[in-house]
Amino acid sequence: MPQISQLAATYSSQIFWLLLIFGAVFVFVGRGMAPKVVATVESRDKRIADDLAAAESARRDADAQEAAWRTQANKQRAEAQGLIAAAKVDAAKATEASLSAASARIEATVTAAETRIAAASSAALGEVEAVAAEAAQDIVNRIAGISVTADQARGAVQGAFARG
Amino acid sequence: MHQFTIEPMFGTDHWSIAGHNIAFTNSALWMVIAAVALYAFMLGGMKRELVPGRWQMAVESFTGFIDNMLAANVGKEGRKYLPYVFSLFMFILFANILGLMPLGLVGVHPFTFTSHFTVTGILAILSFSIVLVVGFWKHGFHFFSLFVPHGTPLLMLPLIFLIELVSFMVRPFSLGLRLFVAMMAGHVLLEVLSSFVIGGTNAGLGFGVLVGIPSFVLMVAICALEILVAGIQAYVFALLTSLYINDAEHLH
Repeated sequence: MPQISQLAATYSSQIFWLLLIFGAVFVFVGRGMAPKVVATVESRDKRIADDLAAAESARRDADAQEAAWRTQANKQRAEAQGLIAAAKVDAAKATEASLSAASARIEATVTAAETRIAAASSAALGEVEAVAAEAAQDIVNRIAGISVTADQARGAVQGAFARG
Repeated sequence: MHQFTIEPMFGTDHWSIAGHNIAFTNSALWMVIAAVALYAFMLGGMKRELVPGRWQMAVESFTGFIDNMLAANVGKEGRKYLPYVFSLFMFILFANILGLMPLGLVGVHPFTFTSHFTVTGILAILSFSIVLVVGFWKHGFHFFSLFVPHGTPLLMLPLIFLIELVSFMVRPFSLGLRLFVAMMAGHVLLEVLSSFVIGGTNAGLGFGVLVGIPSFVLMVAICALEILVAGIQAYVFALLTSLYINDAEHLH
């Protein structure tokens, strides 16, 4: 076993070179490089975590804005519906008012016309009476040769009119 | 056993510190190769891009693996041991795997320096010293309470203390020997099996079919197992180191 048989001759060289070379590995690789690699990994992990957190907060913001937008939209919709309802009520009232004004006007016109018609028919009746009295007076004068006065004729005509 | 032989390459005669020879050997060469390969591997992960490429992803998975292990075993204080544990894990892993590379096909003799208990022992002592230094630095003499589990009856105290102390002091040995034995056993097993393949085939057709081919099939399977062991042993070394560091950081 060379490990034992060569021990006395080689231990000092083994120890010296091991300490020298392992020391160099420790200084250059262990202290120089490994912490930098670990730091790289850590900064990457941190960046990923930060990005995820930023994305999460952005998502939360978007959610909040959407909710706010939704409540505002609902509010505006309700307002619009209120406005529409008010306008409908107004319009109905205006229609009713103009309708009642128009019907009153129409009624007045109708009443006036009826009055006029009644006046005209009574006037016409009076005219017919006068004409009938005149005609009766004339007829009596011609047929019977009796001269009646206008008043008598009118009275007779009126009596006939009254009897129907 | 030839594969474990240390062959001095240069500086055998005159390189020394305080009378101790520090010749540059094939073992030192493979340490350099492992270190350079590790450095090159890590360099591919240093682009520090936000969206990592494949290579950067591989490097990051290794650092993340050690980082998670420390976080799970030591807690948030574990981060400051990342350089040491990561260097340890990667250096042992590269050494183990480089030693398994079939470089013999191109005439290069790979040397697994983690199959030498001098090397694994030094690494174990390094880990153990860190535990001791951290423990005494952080807790002072209170660190000795590590050897007294909660709720120990007063009568049992001396005995328990002794047992815990021994189990604590055995740690560097078990840590270093485990890696050394695992690496050495794997390589010896492969060598024995390959000698069966060669010897059996040379002994004739019958032996070749009866011994050579089954041994070869077994060797292929054991090669896969050895690659697994190379990773597992590096992991175990790093894991136990982090567990011991946890003891030093938090006591019980």
